[in-house]
Amino acid sequence: MFKKSLIAATTALGLMAGPALAEDIDIVFVGKNTGNPYFDSLTQGFVDACDKIACNFEFVAPATAEATSQIPFIEAQIQRGVDVIAISPNSPDALNQVFDSARDQGIIVMTVNGDITGNEEHRDLTILPTDFTKVGADQVEMVGSLIGYEGQIAILSATTEAPDQNFWIEGMNETLANDPKYANMELVATVYGDDQPEKSTTEMEALLANYPDLKGVIAPTTVGIAAAAQVVQSRGISEQVKVTGLGLPSEMRDFIKDGTVEAFQLWSPYNEGWLAAYLAVDLKAGKVANEVGTTFDVPELGTITINENNSINTQSSLTTFNADNIDDFNF
Amino acid sequence: MTDVTSDMTSTPKSRELAPARPTWHILLVRPETMTLLLLVAGLVGASILSPFFLDVSYILRSFTLTAEMSIAALVLTLVIISGEIDLSAAANMALSACIFAWGQDAGVPLLLAILIGLGAGLAMGALNAFMSIRMQLPSIIVTIGTLIFFRGLAQVIAGDRSIRVPESFIGINQIMLFGVPLPVVIFVVLAVALGFLLASTSVGRQIYQIGTNQNAALHAGINAKRIKWGLFLLLGFVSAAAGIMAASRLGSVRYDLVLGGELQMVLMAMLGGTYIFGGRGTILGTFLAAWLLVVVSTGMTVANLLPAIQLTVLGILLIVAIIATNFIYARTQR
Repeated sequence: MFKKSLIAATTALGLMAGPALAEDIDIVFVGKNTGNPYFDSLTQGFVDACDKIACNFEFVAPATAEATSQIPFIEAQIQRGVDVIAISPNSPDALNQVFDSARDQGIIVMTVNGDITGNEEHRDLTILPTDFTKVGADQVEMVGSLIGYEGQIAILSATTEAPDQNFWIEGMNETLANDPKYANMELVATVYGDDQPEKSTTEMEALLANYPDLKGVIAPTTVGIAAAAQVVQSRGISEQVKVTGLGLPSEMRDFIKDGTVEAFQLWSPYNEGWLAAYLAVDLKAGKVANEVGTTFDVPELGTITINENNSINTQSSLTTFNADNIDDFNF
Repeated sequence: MTDVTSDMTSTPKSRELAPARPTWHILLVRPETMTLLLLVAGLVGASILSPFFLDVSYILRSFTLTAEMSIAALVLTLVIISGEIDLSAAANMALSACIFAWGQDAGVPLLLAILIGLGAGLAMGALNAFMSIRMQLPSIIVTIGTLIFFRGLAQVIAGDRSIRVPESFIGINQIMLFGVPLPVVIFVVLAVALGFLLASTSVGRQIYQIGTNQNAALHAGINAKRIKWGLFLLLGFVSAAAGIMAASRLGSVRYDLVLGGELQMVLMAMLGGTYIFGGRGTILGTFLAAWLLVVVSTGMTVANLLPAIQLTVLGILLIVAIIATNFIYARTQR
């Protein structure tokens, strides 16, 4: 009875204020795990956007990044009745069922910063940092330019299951095999630090021990590149082994300044959160349709297009950070 | 209650007979009573914490997320009461599920793949029983070994990828019986059956006797080995069934299914007042503890509390429960 009158009251209120009432939109971002600085920046994008367009934003995340750990958190958001769930998925398929039940309740499910490749029909859209198909090739070119396109290289990745890292590694392998420019470079090992500083450090030290002629290491994960750089710094071997990959400017600044790392790449996670919040509000307000080919404008980012598979690239290519520009970035 | 006390005072003093304890006292010193009180406190606390919590269908839905583990914990309770332990149950769930998923992925008919998975679980239970009972090795060491072995074998079979199960097999937690998800129904039915076995049959009494004093039980003519074999096999079988249920709920299987679940199962048993060295404990206790864990963690999750706070609260809860259980047993043994 009370519930019914409450619904009636909210509906009446909604009718009076019009459908575009931004206060009504509750956005939750489910991170991979807590204590990951990368997601602090992404979350800040949401927070700043919601200050401007007055949506309600909350961040939640499980303690560990294993495949099923996000399920209770999504169930809880369904129960809370949020409007939009943004999530960086820990598994490409274990979340399918819970995504379906969220969407059955009318919740928009968007994957942010990583997609559920192969199971796209279980989410509404994905917001990716950049064109992921180019990341592998960009990273090979990066390490090639640092080692003079000759010698042994290795990859230090996140977990064996991490869908994005595996996709990029696939791209790296293809580039190395097919592009004659890299014919003198040999990929000797791909190891996994599980995105844990200790394990990444151990794996990096094992690489140096097993491959004394190693010239370069690509660590396409923020935890991995920081751990690898730390090992190279403490051993003082930055001339022999070039570390590069994907890292956070805030974590890599000291390594760039003292010459341990010459250059690395990334996009801006902040922009992803910013874009996701604007898009969420526009979708709920009916201003933007979630259809392939739709374009919309986001302040600071310009015109954004919804590409095939309802996927959106926040920026068109990777940003390279080096001693010249590192101070311009604070995430 | 007043009748009981007045009776006691009117009875002439006897040197041989200690006065019968009042009913409220008997109830209060049962460890399940404490679990029940914590459960009520958890329900009240969670309802205060978040207005979204108190919704039966949500609590039931949340229970399905750990229902498989809770089902195995019921059988584990019997194993612990009998004086043994099995830490490999969660790894058994993962390996059975991997064998099942791998089989059906390789073209084995679904029903046959389920049977193979269940058979594998039974074989794992037999391996534990063989080493613990036949070879008389301590079951804690044996099952730490098999825990690592099963988990490793699961990774060998499944690799680092996940194996999909067919669409038709997905969604055991979506099947409702009288508005209750099927895994919860299975949990309740199994709890009733095992509770009856333990409390009201001679096998149940023998399990307690073996756990209290195995030598005395042997002298009393109880076939302790046969009962323990039965319990290990039952746990192996039920763990496999639980693993296959988890595969149906998740739609895919990975080697790290319910990783670390063995600790949560042991904690469920202990939180329900089962004595870790055997001889004491009830199915009702584990049943209540399973709900308690779901209520506490769900309440905090729906209130969007950060995991660090959640872990702290769970840790405190367990320490309190274990101290209280020990205290109660120490009192009743005087």
